[in-house]
Amino acid sequence: MSKTEIWQGTLALMILKTLETLGPLHGYGIARRIEQISGDRLCLNYGTLYPSLLKLEQEGWIASEWGVSENNRKAKYYKLTRSGRKQLEREASEWNQTTAIVARFFVPSGDQS
Amino acid sequence: MRQLRAWLLRLKGLFRKDARERELADELESHLQMHVDDNIRAGMSPQEAHRVAVMKLGGVDQAKEAYRDRATIPFIESIVQDLRFTLRQLRKNPAFTVTATMMVALGIGASVAIFAFVDAALIKPLPYQDPSRLLFVTETTPEIPRAAISYYDYLDWKKMNQVFESLDVYNQRGAVINTPTGMEMVDGARVSDGFFRTLGVAPFLGRDFYAGEDLPEAPRTVILSYGSWQKRFGGKQDIVGQTITFNEIPHTIVGVLPQNFHFAPVENAEFWITLHPGGNCDQRRSCHYLNGVARLKDGVSEGAALADLTRIAKDLEAQYPDSNRNQGATVAPLAEVIVGDVKPVLLLLLGGAGLLLLIACVNVASLLLVRSETRRRELSVRSALGATRGRLIRQFVIEGLVIVTVGSTAALVSSHWAMQILTGLIPTQMMASMPYLDDLRLNSRVLVFAIAVAGFAAALFSLTPSLRLSSLEMRAGMAEGARGSAGNVWTRIGSRLVVLELTTAMVLLVGAGLLGKSFYRLLQVEPGFETNNLITMRVTAPRAGYAKDEEALALGRKLQEEVKRLPGVTSVALVDVLPLSYNGNTDWIRFVGRGYNGEHNEVNQRAVSPGYFATLQAKLLRGRAFSDAEDASKPKVVVINRTLAQKYYPGEDPIGQRFGDIDLDPKSIKEIIGVVDDIREGPLDSEIWPAYYYSFNQYPDNAFSVMVRTSRGEQSLMPAVADAIRGIDSRITVSSQTTMAARANNAPTVYLRRSSTWLVGGFAAVALLLGVVGLYGVIAYSVSQRTREIGVRIALGAQRASVYQLILREAGALALAGIVIGTGCAMIAASLMRKLLFGTPPWDVATLVCVAAVLGASALLASFLPARRAASVDPISALRAE
Repeated sequence: MSKTEIWQGTLALMILKTLETLGPLHGYGIARRIEQISGDRLCLNYGTLYPSLLKLEQEGWIASEWGVSENNRKAKYYKLTRSGRKQLEREASEWNQTTAIVARFFVPSGDQS
Repeated sequence: MRQLRAWLLRLKGLFRKDARERELADELESHLQMHVDDNIRAGMSPQEAHRVAVMKLGGVDQAKEAYRDRATIPFIESIVQDLRFTLRQLRKNPAFTVTATMMVALGIGASVAIFAFVDAALIKPLPYQDPSRLLFVTETTPEIPRAAISYYDYLDWKKMNQVFESLDVYNQRGAVINTPTGMEMVDGARVSDGFFRTLGVAPFLGRDFYAGEDLPEAPRTVILSYGSWQKRFGGKQDIVGQTITFNEIPHTIVGVLPQNFHFAPVENAEFWITLHPGGNCDQRRSCHYLNGVARLKDGVSEGAALADLTRIAKDLEAQYPDSNRNQGATVAPLAEVIVGDVKPVLLLLLGGAGLLLLIACVNVASLLLVRSETRRRELSVRSALGATRGRLIRQFVIEGLVIVTVGSTAALVSSHWAMQILTGLIPTQMMASMPYLDDLRLNSRVLVFAIAVAGFAAALFSLTPSLRLSSLEMRAGMAEGARGSAGNVWTRIGSRLVVLELTTAMVLLVGAGLLGKSFYRLLQVEPGFETNNLITMRVTAPRAGYAKDEEALALGRKLQEEVKRLPGVTSVALVDVLPLSYNGNTDWIRFVGRGYNGEHNEVNQRAVSPGYFATLQAKLLRGRAFSDAEDASKPKVVVINRTLAQKYYPGEDPIGQRFGDIDLDPKSIKEIIGVVDDIREGPLDSEIWPAYYYSFNQYPDNAFSVMVRTSRGEQSLMPAVADAIRGIDSRITVSSQTTMAARANNAPTVYLRRSSTWLVGGFAAVALLLGVVGLYGVIAYSVSQRTREIGVRIALGAQRASVYQLILREAGALALAGIVIGTGCAMIAASLMRKLLFGTPPWDVATLVCVAAVLGASALLASFLPARRAASVDPISALRAE
């Protein structure tokens, strides 16, 4: 796995989680939300978001339609589909498992002789 | 699944590009707006707000680029770009495009059409079960390689052989049937009981013949062909069990054969009846009229079968020395016999079409090469801008593919038409002997062949220009004056291609020349009689009323009288077997007053009416012809042909000599009264056999052929003649109405030669044209490349004549190379088609010289035009142009 692929996968997971939490949202909103949640520690290039959104849409996890933003701007809204919701659950539990496993390697342990 | 869905969407993305681009632009636009709004609210100036928003996005165009890669499939996207570019290039250059596609269409179309015939005749299996185990089985004599089997020999072979699962026999047998429009002569066949079981064919309706159903005491039964069932009985399901009268004998219909069944040796037999031996011929071991079809036992080879049958034939020869002396056995795969003479012709045509395809492809390849030459700057620029070598090669591959795709699509359509036209041109008589051509069409095998050929062409077209793409030249291409060296590379490859084209053209021209000469020689063959203004037809009178000799003789005399009375008729004659039919229907003769050691002096025998030789306008060399008064009550007399006289009476006067059958039975003794010049009984390309003619008046028959000599258009008189004959008795059938000229013209040997001559001639003409055009292209290109050099030469005082010489020498070298190599190849090709030549050796010098002269003259003409252009180069403008 190359670096970008990990990033792509993580970004996709973040997008799905964002949409689950906030409901239908436009690309700019998703980007801002991801930055906020990361406590501005993640410096996201907003342009990379759009290919990811397209990929998720092609895979059927999310759907898009044009709507109007809170400031009366025309914007393309993305929302989670039913299969997207299931995919999120799957990926979240996989993520938890993976991180848990990886975490165990970094816990100082005494039971090795 | 998800992956597949995503790929499909991306594939779809290739097509709705504009809408997607607009939508993406809108989305990014709204993204920026919202970001700018936020930034302003956070206290930035509008300019600063916009700058930060764009920066955060990472650039609008970069974002779009990243998005596009995901929206479609970049690899395909660029192929589509190349394709668009190619189409634009091809549209810009219609002359090149049309020429190249037409050449491809011509080459592929011709070879696909010919291949379809080859497939139908040679590749598609025969409609029998496991046809490769089937053998065609006959006797053989020193004179006749495939001689028919006699009934008793058949019975012994069947009983004594250890190599066949089954052995069955057939013979062609026309029959007279009653139809709503009167009596009609139809084609039929007689078979032994197991014939269809041996072939592995089950009737479509009803049943097969029972074992023993071919014996004299069995009830008379018949199986119909599918075509006959449809045509004569309207395809009614209740046909089985009905009765039909053949030759005045009622037969019960027991079955109908499947639609796809055919058996070429009996042409289009409509009715299949069983042997029912009982005739005079069936009782004699020396009367040969059957042909065998056998199915080999598993594991038995053709050679073992032949050895076994030969052993039996030897036994029979020892047992029956009179009838079976020198009667051997021969076997051949059934498929080979069915396709017979057509096979070499088809292979020849396939070879011709293949050469034409080669020359067409080479021509297109050299056109592409010239184009790649003129596009060097374009390629250099593209490569300098970062196009990889692979990408540039891909451009050529796509160009080749486009030309081949368009060309081969046109080829498939045109070959479909070509097949229709070619089969339409085959005379019905010829078509009847080739039933396997009936379902000639573009089937899967033909399509695979077409795709393979197209793939070959595409590979050639994309490889040739790619060869040129060396990176060295790429860089050189940018430099303005760098013409010389690259031009030479092209000229070198191009010249080789031209030599290949000229060689191919030479081979095809020599082939066409040899075939044409053979055909001419065949037409020069003297048939021994006048074929023009001669009507022929077959007449069959019913047994009832015409079975006795005196009744048949009276009919013959009356018929001749009635027909002769018609205006336009000069004379009428009767004969049992028409001339130009076949050598066969023979007799073994033994000479009175000479020693005899049991040899079989096999000679043709023909029953003719007294006016026969006069009607044919055959030349009586000695003695006299028959008189009308010489009937069965008078001593038997014969007229012999010149070959018989020379072979058996060398240096003697045959008139007054006598011969008889091998037992010298007093009833068989005949006296020679005349010698007639040879009349061709067999096809024009066959040998002349000794023959004797006896008088119809002494041995009358109720079935015979009528020949009518007319003084004007024989075609228009034909119906009147047929009506006059039917007018004698409405139960008489008249069939096979035609003219001797048409028979001679449509005879298989003549037809095959004529059609192959025309087709190969056509291929050769196109090949000559393409080859010469190719030569013109190379020389013209070379002249255009050497303009400056020629300008310098002229400026330095070279004469126009020496410039001509310079160019013509270059062309002459290529033409000479093509002609010399071509002559060698042509002689090899000609020796392969030796079988198809007649009266012409494969190394026929006159043909070779003529063809070389034609090719040389055409090459000279083609190079004269560029040479003249070279000679008229203005030295000042040529030098200034650089």
